[in-house]
Amino acid sequence: MHLEGRNIGFRYNKSDWILRNFNISLKEGEVIGLIGPSGCGKTTLGRILAGYEIPQEGKVTLDNIPLPTTGIHPVQLINQHPEKAVNPRWKMKKVLDEVKELDEDILIALGIEKEWLNRWPNELSGGELQRFCVARALSVHTKFIIADEMTTMLDAITQAQIWNSVQEIAKKRNMGILVISHEHNLLKRLCCRVIDLSI
Amino acid sequence: MNLGRKNISMIKINNIKLSIQKKLNRRQRTLVITIVAAIVLTSILVGGLLISDQRIATNFEQKNLSPSIEHPFGTDWLGRDMFVRTIKGLTLSIGVGTLSAVISAGIALTLGLLSATMGKWMDRFITWLVDLFLSVPHLITLILISFVLGGGMKGVIVGVSLTHWPSLTRIIRAEVMQIRSAEYVQISRKLGRTRKWVAIHHILPHLIPQFFVGLMLLFPHAILHEAAITFLGFGLSPHKPAIGIILSESMRYLSTGMWWLAFFPGIFLIMIIRGFDILGENLRLLVDPHNAHN
Repeated sequence: MHLEGRNIGFRYNKSDWILRNFNISLKEGEVIGLIGPSGCGKTTLGRILAGYEIPQEGKVTLDNIPLPTTGIHPVQLINQHPEKAVNPRWKMKKVLDEVKELDEDILIALGIEKEWLNRWPNELSGGELQRFCVARALSVHTKFIIADEMTTMLDAITQAQIWNSVQEIAKKRNMGILVISHEHNLLKRLCCRVIDLSI
Repeated sequence: MNLGRKNISMIKINNIKLSIQKKLNRRQRTLVITIVAAIVLTSILVGGLLISDQRIATNFEQKNLSPSIEHPFGTDWLGRDMFVRTIKGLTLSIGVGTLSAVISAGIALTLGLLSATMGKWMDRFITWLVDLFLSVPHLITLILISFVLGGGMKGVIVGVSLTHWPSLTRIIRAEVMQIRSAEYVQISRKLGRTRKWVAIHHILPHLIPQFFVGLMLLFPHAILHEAAITFLGFGLSPHKPAIGIILSESMRYLSTGMWWLAFFPGIFLIMIIRGFDILGENLRLLVDPHNAHN
């Protein structure tokens, strides 16, 4: 498996180009960091790779085939704000049921407790909620994860817990991860190489 | 001394309030109020349907009586019992209000959905239509439509239904647009869910409470406007025991001192409208998950 973005150019409406002639390549089992100042296009790049935005120039391919537009997406994006990523009117059980073919082990690995399943999203803390969002992204079909500031708003302990379990699962399944973050130390710990978007 | 006594009584009242609040939490209190309002409204509706027309037959032996135990709301200049007339009038008003509120909410739901999902031009057209209807006072549009249709029951129902949809349309349109662009909907698509699945599971459940609360809040408007145009003479025909007819007829007799002809029906109309208002407002509080544990 090989996720590749070639000559990507993107801009919103007719404004300046946010990304131009940008190349990125991510292999299975690889963990790459992405760093850069605010507003330099980190999140936009993540959204393009996960199929949320279509670049005006260039293309994103998975094993040289364009990304699918329907069906479950092999590249899953995890956002910074879990409270926006779940339907506030659904109980957590239904949130997880939205994904087909989710392993029970993942819930255990991420420390999701059984009793949380019967709660509303507003009755869980940010960290607890983010575990659900991570679990949801890790269905059997997921080949790559884009973690866009996935743990930025969490405390250090929760951050470490979540990243440990994600790393473990990724290693077991041989998934590739793109870590988008502002935190140098986190990237140094997790990634084999770091791309700096400001250069 | 006096002040001290006042303080003591204040404390007593506060204690009573506190003990009530302790026994029932806010959600339970809301539920109780809602049920009471619903019971009052249904009992008037059932009462009006069960009482036969003979009870409001003309009886010249008992005309112009002021309120008594036998005739709690008095009788009018034809000797008809005003209590029975009021209840029957309100039943008719509730019936007309229900029908036109349901039609109105249906129009709002359809146009709101079309506006939010059928592209730019549809949206522009429907927003323009909403603005157009909102820019003219309800009552004037209502009178025009009712007049064109020749008045009567049909005129009132069509008139009220065609004038009360714009604000709910706006709410539903905004709601659909907001949910459609929500992060969890975008994620749902990437988790392999189809547009149809998203519409049924994400968007519709969000609209149902909006729709029903909107419907309940349309009732008082519909009833009030029905009464208003009937009062002005563009609505229901005079032989129907409608609340608007009762009020407009009573105006002629007010100067002769027959205050009860307007007073009791007026109070009851306000009660019914407040009842529906409370019902709609509480329903909104009860279905909102952020209030689930208050």
